[in-house]
Amino acid sequence: MTDRFNIYRYAAPSAFYPLAGAMVPWFAAAAVLFGLAGLWLGMLVAPTDFQQGEGYRIIFIHVPASWMSMFIYLVMAFWAAIGLAFNTRLSGMMAQALAPTGALMAFLSLWTGALWGKPMWGTWWVWDARLTSELILLFLYIGYMALVAAIDDPRRADKAGGLLLLVGVVNIPIIYFSVKWWNTLHQGASVSLTKSPSMAATMLWGMLLMALCFWMYSIAVALIRVRTIMLERERNTDWVRETLEGDGK
Amino acid sequence: MIHWNSFSEFLAMGGYGLYVWGSFGVTALILAVEPIVVARNRNNTIARLKRQLRAERRITE
Amino acid sequence: MLRIVTAVVARDLRLAMRRQADIVSALFFFIIVVSLFPLGIGPEPDLLRKLAPGVLWVAALLATMLSLPRLFADDHRDGTLEQLALAPHPLGLVVTGKVIAHWLVSGLPLAVLAPVLGLQFDLSTEALVVLTASILIGTPALSGIGGIGAALTLGLRGGGVLLSLLVLPLYIPVLIFGAGAVDATVSGLGGEAHLSLLAALTLAALGFAPWAAAAALRIALE
Repeated sequence: MTDRFNIYRYAAPSAFYPLAGAMVPWFAAAAVLFGLAGLWLGMLVAPTDFQQGEGYRIIFIHVPASWMSMFIYLVMAFWAAIGLAFNTRLSGMMAQALAPTGALMAFLSLWTGALWGKPMWGTWWVWDARLTSELILLFLYIGYMALVAAIDDPRRADKAGGLLLLVGVVNIPIIYFSVKWWNTLHQGASVSLTKSPSMAATMLWGMLLMALCFWMYSIAVALIRVRTIMLERERNTDWVRETLEGDGK
Repeated sequence: MIHWNSFSEFLAMGGYGLYVWGSFGVTALILAVEPIVVARNRNNTIARLKRQLRAERRITE
Repeated sequence: MLRIVTAVVARDLRLAMRRQADIVSALFFFIIVVSLFPLGIGPEPDLLRKLAPGVLWVAALLATMLSLPRLFADDHRDGTLEQLALAPHPLGLVVTGKVIAHWLVSGLPLAVLAPVLGLQFDLSTEALVVLTASILIGTPALSGIGGIGAALTLGLRGGGVLLSLLVLPLYIPVLIFGAGAVDATVSGLGGEAHLSLLAALTLAALGFAPWAAAAALRIALE
């Protein structure tokens, strides 16, 4: 990837389409392998947590889902910045392809968080800064997807969506700190989520492997999605016609 | 090396079974359904674009 | 530079005065929403006093949002917006003027009404003063951030609902500090810290948002 020529070459959809197609199976396989290894370590080998019993095992999906939900938003904002600065076609398509997966990750983070919270704190939901911010992140994903879906012209959709992503990414720290401040003023029940339990090495490895699994999964799904978007957007170009006359690969 | 003594113990998760399997179940469901939806979407798009292409060819020929 | 801003403000105000019904309905919306809450919750003064900051502020967010879809729509329809975008002066200044005008007709009246409505919630004089101040300081940020949403959704079907989806999550910090200022006053902690943070948000929003909205307008006009 250090070769500048290559990067520019693959910025063209016609060149990126087959490359993405070739990469999908590898990322999918990596996701399955990391997932199996992570589940084996996390669910079968890792010892019981001395504070939280077996309930802590939700961490093996909760933390990766939360990480991915935040990371995907940042990656989308990165593509948005590239797209607005260099006017590249691929950037907007990448951001759009990532959005549904990011929203699902945010949802999973909230869902597993609620199921973790119920036995640990006795309630499905606390207005903790992190949970609240995750909920707002889900709203931001939904807003982005709604905006892009409402605009018929794909170029305008890319740019408007990109601008919204950049505004969102500037606002996320402000939102997070305001919610955090609000939370410290209002905190009734003394639930502290910030003190992390000391983790055994197997637990940590299980969590990291699961995070890699989620990461590879997101890339694979986003690549399939971006390939579909490319065909749709460029349906009047020669390379799409040729691809369609072939087998779609 | 395996932490559990029996399968039923594994399922019970030390009394947290509902919460742990509720989390893992929904996650597994979503991570299984999303690729299926995405792949179907892709196949539908390809089929539709191919139909359009054939229709265009018929008009121009 | 200032001349452009004041010219746009004066023009937009004149246009708004021709459609006073719109301004009045947004204000009545604010009054009705705020008055509904005691009916839904019950008349206990202690409870109402506790809820007042949040209720008044959420109603203020919704009321300022009512007029946002029209922020650029009328100028877009008659082609004025294209002319403004082609003009040599920066579009961001024009948007700044429009945001200020929007605040004058939607935010400022809320600040006048808020203390009266606060009486319904049995707020103390001190809390009423802070409530008015917080709405006065915070609503310009709402107009600014709302301007970005209005520009992004310009000319789209279902623009109004979409606009609220985009803008409401971004309003959260303003809501937190605005309602927090009143809340802190009611509980005797003093609202100065909240008010200064609110002022910081407003300054940042007024400095940054019009330019983002101008960029969004250029995208919409392409």
